[in-house]
Amino acid sequence: MSGVLASMIDGLLIGAVYGLAAMGLSLIWGVMDVINLTHGSMIALGMFGMYLLFGAIAGNAYVLLIPLIIVGFILGVFVYWLSVNWVVDRPILMSLLSTFAVNMMVIGIGTAIWSTSPYNVNFTLPGITVGDYTFTGNHIAAAISAVVIALLLQGFLYRTRAGKAIRAVSDNRDAAELMGISSIRVLMIAFAIGIALASASGALVSTLFPFTILSGAGYQLKSFVVTVLAGLGKPFGALVAGVLLGLLEGAVSPFIAVSWIPLIEFGLFVIVLILFPRGIFGRATA
Amino acid sequence: MMLRRPLFWLIILLAVLFAWLPQHGNNVALREDLILVAVAIILTSNLNLMIGYTGYVNFGHIVFYGLGGYVGLYLATVRGWHLVAAALTAGIVVSFVALLFGLGILRLRGAYFALATIGVLMAVQSFVANFEPWGRSTGMYVAFDSYAPLGGPRRALWFTYFLIIGVMALSLILSLGIKSSKFGLGLFAIREDEDAAVVLGVNATVYKAIIYSVSAFLPAVAGALMFFKNGMIDPSIAFEYMLSLEGIVMLMLGGSGTVTGSALGAGLYERLRSYLLTSPHLSEFHLVIAGALLLLVMRLAPGGLIGWLYRLVPRSREVVE
Repeated sequence: MSGVLASMIDGLLIGAVYGLAAMGLSLIWGVMDVINLTHGSMIALGMFGMYLLFGAIAGNAYVLLIPLIIVGFILGVFVYWLSVNWVVDRPILMSLLSTFAVNMMVIGIGTAIWSTSPYNVNFTLPGITVGDYTFTGNHIAAAISAVVIALLLQGFLYRTRAGKAIRAVSDNRDAAELMGISSIRVLMIAFAIGIALASASGALVSTLFPFTILSGAGYQLKSFVVTVLAGLGKPFGALVAGVLLGLLEGAVSPFIAVSWIPLIEFGLFVIVLILFPRGIFGRATA
Repeated sequence: MMLRRPLFWLIILLAVLFAWLPQHGNNVALREDLILVAVAIILTSNLNLMIGYTGYVNFGHIVFYGLGGYVGLYLATVRGWHLVAAALTAGIVVSFVALLFGLGILRLRGAYFALATIGVLMAVQSFVANFEPWGRSTGMYVAFDSYAPLGGPRRALWFTYFLIIGVMALSLILSLGIKSSKFGLGLFAIREDEDAAVVLGVNATVYKAIIYSVSAFLPAVAGALMFFKNGMIDPSIAFEYMLSLEGIVMLMLGGSGTVTGSALGAGLYERLRSYLLTSPHLSEFHLVIAGALLLLVMRLAPGGLIGWLYRLVPRSREVVE
C-alpha cells in the first residue's frame, strides 16, 4: 500500500512539470486561438538548452532555469513573427500547419546537430528518505520550480497591467483594441511567455530523465491531454490538471504494465473531449 | 457522365503508365519508387475528402492505413486468406471502426476535432502495441509460404504492385465522383458553414460520419497490400504520426480540395523526400527543407500549386478539377 502512495507522490511531482508545459500551450490557445504545434520542439530545445548551459557553467541546474526562461522568451518572439502573426484569425488549419512547419525545421536542425541519441544532465540533489522509499531531490526541486513559475505567471496575469491586457485580449480582442490595447504586442508577449514556459518545462524534465531531440513530442501530447482536461485557455487549471495526470500515472503504474498507460491517457483524452469539451473544471455555459 | 470528363481519362492514363513503365526491362527500382508515390497519392487523396472537401482536419489519418495493414496481414498470414480477400475485408472492418469512432468524435468541430484525431491515433497505437494476437510491440511477419498461392514471392510482389496501382486509380476516381455528386455538394456546404448547411437540409451528422468512414476504406486496403509487400508490420511503422502530418503537407502543397492537387502534391513531395533522404549531404536536413517549403507555400500560394494554376489560367478549372 505504501508503495502505491510513494508512486503517487512521485507522479504528483512529475505532474507539476507536465502542468507547466501545458500552461504554455493553454495560454497561447486561450489568447489567440492557435494550437501551438511547435510546443514539442520548444520543450526539446529547453532540454538541450539546459544540457549546453549546464555543460558550460555547471552550477545549480535549477538556478540556470532563469537564463533559460529568458532565452525561451526571446525565441518565442522570433517564432511568433516567423509563423504565428500572419495566421492569427485565419482558419485553424493555417495556424496548425505554420506552427507544425516550424516544428519540423527545429527537429530537423536538432537532429542534424545532436542526432537522435540520448543525452542527460548530470546533476543530482540529495533526496528525502521516508521509510523504505526515497524521493529524489531532483523530482522535488523540479516540482517546486514548476509551481513557483506557475504562481509567478498567475501573479503576472492578475496583478500587473500587462497581464490584465493579456486577459482582456483573451476575453474579447476587438473590445480590447477599442480600449487602446495594442493587440499584436499582447499576442506576441503571450506567445513568447508560452514558449518560455515550454522551454522551462523541458529544462526541468532534462534534470529528471535522459532525453533525445524527439522527446519533446511525447510531452507535447501529454500537454494536449492536460490542456483538454483543464479546458482550453485556462493556464492555472492546466497546472492542476497536470498534477492530476501525474497522480493518475503514479496510481496505476504499480498495477499494470507501463505500456498500457498511453492507452488510458489518450482514451481519457478523447472521452473528455467528447463529453466535457470545456474541460472538467469548465462551467456549462450557453 | 464520368466518361465525359477529361480528368477521368487522365487518371486512367496515369494508372496505365504506372503499371506499364516498370515492367519495361523488369525495372524493380522504378517499381519501388512508384509504389511509394502511389501510396502517398492514396493517403493524400482520401485525406482530401476530410480536409479539402469537408473542412475537418484529420491529424490521425494514418491510423486507417496502419489498422488496415494489421487486419490484412493477420488474415493473410495467420488465417491464410487470399491477399485480395484479406485486403478487402481489412477495408470493410476499418471503415466500420471509423464509422464508430466518427459518430463519437465528429460531434466536435474545428481544433477540438483535430486534437481528438491525434488522441484516436495514439490510443489505437498503444492498444495495438499491447494486443497479444498481433504480436504486441514486435509486430507480425509475413511467413514465406504466404506468397505461395500468388505464384511465389517474385510474382506476388508484382501482383501486389498492380493492386496498389488499382487502389490509387480508384482513390482518385472516388474523389472525382464525390466532387460532382449531390453528396459532395453537401460536404462543401458543411465546409463553408456547417450551421447554414444544416438549416438548408444537409444532414451534417450523417454526411460527416459517412465521409469519415469512406475516407478510411481505400487507405486500409492500401495498408493491407503495402505491409504484405513489405513482409512485416509493427506499431511504430504502422501508425507513424510524422507520416500522418506529412500527408497534410502534401495536400497543402498540391492544393487542398482538388483531385489533381492531392495527387500532384503527394507525388512531388514523395519524390522530394526520397531524393533528400538518399542524398548524402541533405539527408539530415529533409525535415528542415520540408518545413521551409510548407511555410513558403502557405505564405505565397495558400491554394497550393493548383490554386496558383487557377489564378494564372482561369479556364484550367474545366480540365484540372
